[in-house]
Amino acid sequence: MSLLLFIEQTLNGLQFGVMLFLMAAGLTLVFGVMGLINLAHGSLYMVGAFAAAAVAAATGSFLLALVASFVCAAFAGILIEFFIIRRLYDRDHLDQVLATFALILIFSEGTRWVFGSFPLFLDTPEWLSGTVMLPFGIEYSLYRLAIILVGLIVAAGLFWMIARTRVGIRIRAGENDREMIAVLGVNISLLYTFVFALGAALAGLAGALIGAIQSVQVGMGEPVLILAFVVVVIGGIGSISGAFVGAILVGLTDTLGRTMLPVFFGLFLEPSAATSLGASLSSMSIYLLMIGVLLFRPKGLFGGA
Amino acid sequence: MRKEPLLNMALLIALLAFPLWAWVADEPFLITLTTRAIIFAIAGVGLNFALGFGGLVSFGHAAFFGLGGYVMGVLAFHAQTYTPVLDWPFVINGTKSMPIVWMVAIVLSGALAVAIGALSLRTSGVYFIMITLAFAQMLYYFTISWSTYGGEDGLSIYVRNDFPGLNTMDPIQYYAICYVLLLIVLGLVYAISKSAFGLALGASRQNEDRIQAVGQGPFGLYLTAFAISGAITGLAGVLHADLNRFVSPTMFSWHTSGEIMIFVILGGVGRVFGPVAGAVLFIVLEHTLGGLSEFWHIYLGAMLLGVVLFARGGLIGLIAGREVAHD
Repeated sequence: MSLLLFIEQTLNGLQFGVMLFLMAAGLTLVFGVMGLINLAHGSLYMVGAFAAAAVAAATGSFLLALVASFVCAAFAGILIEFFIIRRLYDRDHLDQVLATFALILIFSEGTRWVFGSFPLFLDTPEWLSGTVMLPFGIEYSLYRLAIILVGLIVAAGLFWMIARTRVGIRIRAGENDREMIAVLGVNISLLYTFVFALGAALAGLAGALIGAIQSVQVGMGEPVLILAFVVVVIGGIGSISGAFVGAILVGLTDTLGRTMLPVFFGLFLEPSAATSLGASLSSMSIYLLMIGVLLFRPKGLFGGA
Repeated sequence: MRKEPLLNMALLIALLAFPLWAWVADEPFLITLTTRAIIFAIAGVGLNFALGFGGLVSFGHAAFFGLGGYVMGVLAFHAQTYTPVLDWPFVINGTKSMPIVWMVAIVLSGALAVAIGALSLRTSGVYFIMITLAFAQMLYYFTISWSTYGGEDGLSIYVRNDFPGLNTMDPIQYYAICYVLLLIVLGLVYAISKSAFGLALGASRQNEDRIQAVGQGPFGLYLTAFAISGAITGLAGVLHADLNRFVSPTMFSWHTSGEIMIFVILGGVGRVFGPVAGAVLFIVLEHTLGGLSEFWHIYLGAMLLGVVLFARGGLIGLIAGREVAHD
C-alpha cells in the first residue's frame, strides 16, 4: 500500500469521524443531561437530509439547503420533545427505547409517504466539487475537506459553548444534579428542549452534509445511529470529549480497516481468501474495538470513574 | 388474578382452533400466518425471560434469532449440496433432521448468549442496551460480508427439514410442530420462573444488593438467564428459517431485535403468556393494517407509542386489569 493512499484513507476516516461526532454529540448530551436514550436520533439525521434535498431542489442553493437541514431538524426535535420525549424522562430505559423505536417507524414511513421510496439526490455545489492539492502532492476531494473543516468548527463551537457560555454552564449543571438547578430557578424544561433541539440540529446538519456524498433515502439514519451508539459507548455516555475521541477512533478504524485488513491478510494468504477474510473482519472491526475498550473501561474512555 | 389464567387458556385454545378451522376451510395461507405468530411468540418468550424476569433490556436478541436461522441454513445447505460443513480437524456433515438442527441451534445460541452476556453484563443500564445492540449488528455485518453462505442475498433451502413420521411441507403438520414446541417452552419458562433459580432471579431484578447479601451473586443469575433466553430465541430462529426455507442477514438486523421487543411489550412484560398475546396481536395488525395501507408501520408506531405511554401492562394487563405482572 502506498503512502499516498494511506494518507487519503486517513483523511476519509477523519471525515467520517467528524460526521459521527455531530451525530454522537446530540446523543451523548441528551443522555447526559436528560438521562434519555434516543433511538429516533437517526430519524432527525434523515429529516435534515430530506429538508436539504428539498430546499436544494427548489432554490438551487447549497448553503440555503444546509440552513434548512439545521432548522428543520431542530424544529422536528422541538416538536417531538414537546409532545412525546418529555413524557419519557422519568421512565425506565426500556420505555424510552420502545417509544423512540416507535418514533422511528412513524418518521420512516411518514417520509416514505411524502417523498416516496426512491432516493433523492443532493449534489455537491460547483464551488466545492473537484479536488484540491494538499502539501506533499496529495490530491483530495475539496468537498470532503470542507466537511472535515465544518465538522471541526462545529465541534470547537460546541466545546466553547459548553465550557464558556451560560447555557453551557447550565447544561453541565444539569448533568450533575437536575433537581438542584431546577431549585435554583433555571427553567429546566426549556433547557431540556434546547438541548434536544441542539442535538437534533447537529444530526440534521450531518445528514445534509453526508447526503451530498451518498444518497438521501429513507432509513439512511439507522446505520449511522448505531455507529453513533458505538461512539458514545466507547467515549463514555454523557461526555462530549469522549464522543469526539470515540468518533475519530471509530471513523479511522472503520475506514482504515476496510483498506488495510485485506492488504494485511494478503501478506500470508491467497488473494481471494485474504479479500473475504479482510472484508468480514473489517466490517466487525469497530465492534471489536468497542469490546476491547469495554473490557478495560466498562464505562468508556471518558466515563466517570 | 383470576382473569389472567383464563385469558391465557383462551389464547392457547384459540391458537389451536383457528388453524384447525383454516385447515378445514382449506386456507393454507392463514395457517402459515398463525405459524409465524407462534414462532414470533417463541422468540418473544425467549426475550421475555431475560427482559421481564431478569430485567435485562437486551436490544440484540436478533443475534440469537439469526444464529438459529443460520444454523438451519448452513446445515441444510451442506446437506443439499452433499458437502461437509467442516472437514478438518474432524468431519461434520450437513443434516436435514429437525431434532438435530434444533439441538445444535439451542446449544450454539446458548453458548453465544454466554459469550455476549459475559461481556455485556460487565455493564448495566443504557450501556447494556447499546452493547447488546452492537453485538447483533456485528453479526449482521459479518453475515453480509460472509460470501460463502450467500452474503447479503441470503441462502435458499429447497425443502423443509424432516421430522420423523411427519410431512413438514404440509402447513398444518408444521404448525403442529411449532405449537407443541411453544407449549414446551412456555411450560419450561413457567417452571423455571417458579423454581429457586427463578425466584432468585426475580429478587435480584428487584434488589441486587439484597440478593448479594444472601450470598447469591447477581452476575451468575443474570448470565444463566441470558443464556436460557438466547437459547429459546435461537430455537425460534430455526423454526422461522424452516418456515420460509430462507435465511438472510435481515434476521440479524436491529429491526428484528426491535420487533421481538415489541411482541414482549405489546403483550405485557414479565408475564409468561405476554409475548404470545403480543406476537398474535402483531400478526393481526400486520395482516389487517397491512391490507389497509402500504404505510401500516405508521399505525404500528402510533400504537406502540400509545402502549408505552398509557398502557404499561400491555394487552394482557389491559384485559386482566392488572398493570404489574407479579411483584
